[in-house]
Amino acid sequence: MDVHTVVTLSAFTGAGVAMGLGAIGAAIGEGYTAGEANTAISRNPEISGDIFKNMLVGQAVAESASIFALVIAVLMLFLDVPTDNLLKGAALFGAGLCMGFGAVGSGVGSGFPGGQACLGISRQPAAASRLTTGMLIGSAVCQTPAIFSMVIALMLIFMDFSHLPLAPTWAAILGAGLSTGLAAIGSGYGGGLAAGASCEGISRQPESVGNVTTVMLVGQAVAQTPSIFGLLVSFILIFKSFPESYTLQASMALLSAGVCMGFGGIGPGIGNGMAAEGAVRWVARNVENAGELMRIMLVGQAVSQSTAIYAMVVSLVLIFVV
Amino acid sequence: MAIEGVDIVKAAAFLGAGISMGLGAIGPGVGEGMVAAKACEAIGKNPREAGLLTRTMLVGQAVSESTGIYSLVIALLLLFVV
Repeated sequence: MDVHTVVTLSAFTGAGVAMGLGAIGAAIGEGYTAGEANTAISRNPEISGDIFKNMLVGQAVAESASIFALVIAVLMLFLDVPTDNLLKGAALFGAGLCMGFGAVGSGVGSGFPGGQACLGISRQPAAASRLTTGMLIGSAVCQTPAIFSMVIALMLIFMDFSHLPLAPTWAAILGAGLSTGLAAIGSGYGGGLAAGASCEGISRQPESVGNVTTVMLVGQAVAQTPSIFGLLVSFILIFKSFPESYTLQASMALLSAGVCMGFGGIGPGIGNGMAAEGAVRWVARNVENAGELMRIMLVGQAVSQSTAIYAMVVSLVLIFVV
Repeated sequence: MAIEGVDIVKAAAFLGAGISMGLGAIGPGVGEGMVAAKACEAIGKNPREAGLLTRTMLVGQAVSESTGIYSLVIALLLLFVV
């Protein structure tokens, strides 16, 4: 097999992985939205038009994560990339992994605000426009991890790696894709939990919308941090130049750094989102104690964050020390 | 690419360290998030007990953290000792 065949092969495999994994999240999220919309319509059939409209808007936003994956897959199928270097093959496969995993969390997550906004409209038809606005803000923030993944995937597709040594750069490139892609799963899902709780809260207490949105945005911002750690490790792996080494350990240390930060970001992302969900839900029911709830949310999130920080430390040790 | 025994062992240790800390971080992250969510619920229901609830939350999270620390210890052992 010559180099041209290998690079083309990994471009096609990468495209398949990107779209295959990338379709999981949005489909689940949109299914959740549609399911809740049905519940909402059965409770309050007179305003089925409003609920239906809101469902479609929510699903359209949730779809964006898998549209990113589609764009990356189509780019890899039809783009005329130079196929004279094996590193390009690693970069294209890494881009596919990054975008595929990266779209899962955001897709599932942005289904929650859509579903809760539909239920909320059936409960409180007068607050429909506030609920749609809250849903849009929440699910837009949910998309950030998928956008991080798309940025890394585009960088891997378009950057020129031909002047770098094959080993261990191949492992650094694959690790960069896995780090951002896997870490995005947790942050996207967690951000969605917070956004869903805010729509539920607004429908129960429409006058609490200001406090609820503030706590939701703070909670989502903290839930994004694991995916930002993933992005940081990816940038280091892409831009640091590693001396040529054909030992297995040099390559495995860099691949392992990406795997470590990627998986390590999933749990804290989901956990931070759960903490934000609890806080947002109870701020809506108990607005006088919003300050106290925000404080406990931040303390809880900080503790939940610690394992992502351990994972980042181990990644950085693998990159810089060993 | 010349691959020798020592090289394979080192490579496996590095990969193991990454997998240990990476997968080991999932559980404590999710578990501590659940604790924080329930603590928010409890404070929302009974704000006067905020101090007691914060303390209970932190102790519970510290226990849940222990498996993450085990993963970190194993990862550091694999990196620097083995």
